[in-house]
Amino acid sequence: MTEQLAAYSTSTGEAVQFWILGTVAVIGALCTVFMRRAVHSALCLAGTMIILAVFYLANGAYFLGVVQIVVYTGAIMMLFLFVVMLVGVTAADSLKETIKGQRWLALLCGLGFGVLLVGGIGNAALTEFGGLAEANAGGNVQGLASLMFTRYVFAFEITGALLITAAVGAMVLTHRERTERARTQREMAEQRVREGTYLPPLPAPGVYARHNAVDIAGLLPDGTPSDLTVSKTLRDRGQVRDVSQEALNDLRALEQRAEERLERRAIEPPTFKRAEEASK
Amino acid sequence: MNPVNYLYLAALLFTIGATGVLIRRNAIVVFMCVELMLNACNLAFVAFSRMHGNLDGQIIAFFTMVVAAAEVVVGLAIIVSLFRSRHSASVDDASLMKL
Repeated sequence: MTEQLAAYSTSTGEAVQFWILGTVAVIGALCTVFMRRAVHSALCLAGTMIILAVFYLANGAYFLGVVQIVVYTGAIMMLFLFVVMLVGVTAADSLKETIKGQRWLALLCGLGFGVLLVGGIGNAALTEFGGLAEANAGGNVQGLASLMFTRYVFAFEITGALLITAAVGAMVLTHRERTERARTQREMAEQRVREGTYLPPLPAPGVYARHNAVDIAGLLPDGTPSDLTVSKTLRDRGQVRDVSQEALNDLRALEQRAEERLERRAIEPPTFKRAEEASK
Repeated sequence: MNPVNYLYLAALLFTIGATGVLIRRNAIVVFMCVELMLNACNLAFVAFSRMHGNLDGQIIAFFTMVVAAAEVVVGLAIIVSLFRSRHSASVDDASLMKL
């Protein structure tokens, strides 16, 4: 009786695990799609993949469960994060649609596709579940190995060719041939002197601002942010944070408090007059 | 719980991934959605493997993982070189064969 039951349904523990983790997996997948920043998408996807690894383990695929964690969340997602850092963390999507109504059409297509898939599974006769107890009897890894090196040995060897091709392809795509010798520091310094451009070291970021983070421009004495203080990469990406207004407000508040403490009258803001106006 | 629910979950994840590929314009996120679709397929393969009581489904899922790893390496290299030439990771900007 219990054996027959096992063929049609799972234990209560697995059911509880499925409903809780399944919900989290779907939420993670939705966050992957709808988070605006690529880093958040990557982290949500990593969470979903870890949950899938747990599902593999629950389904008796012990080897795949471990490989999923090592290869997917360990290697592939970290590669994704590297590229996200290279390309720019805050490179958010533009919300302007290039094709009118494309988003809603895409959502509609996705919905229809999902309904078709779920309907197909619902109509299929999938009541009998064999279970892997017999196949996993000699150990999951041993069972996989004996299949892989007999029936699937050609596919396995072609996989090697595929991996080598991918490695070479990645190297060819990201390699950049240097056409000229890299200029030395001395040559660059000499060129700067000859051209008479900015000679001393560039000013540090965050001077007179509230923070000294690299993405916060240093403020000039009149409170305007200085472009020279922030690295060109950040400026190109538009990742410079402008805190000049905050800094000025802080300064104003500080002055006011000092005056209250010293029981001094507020200093009149200096009124500038133009030279020609004053002479009149 | 009927183990068929794993297949429903796989279908749901695949649909979400496919919708993401259609909606998103950031090439990296599009790529992540493709990975999500591949993972959903793997889950279906593993569930089928349990259903039929043999390990062939798990072998196919394993090969899918290998192909996914190779695909990610090449795809991310393409994205990096695209970003180098166009200073943008948006798929809309890559509308010309050459600069």
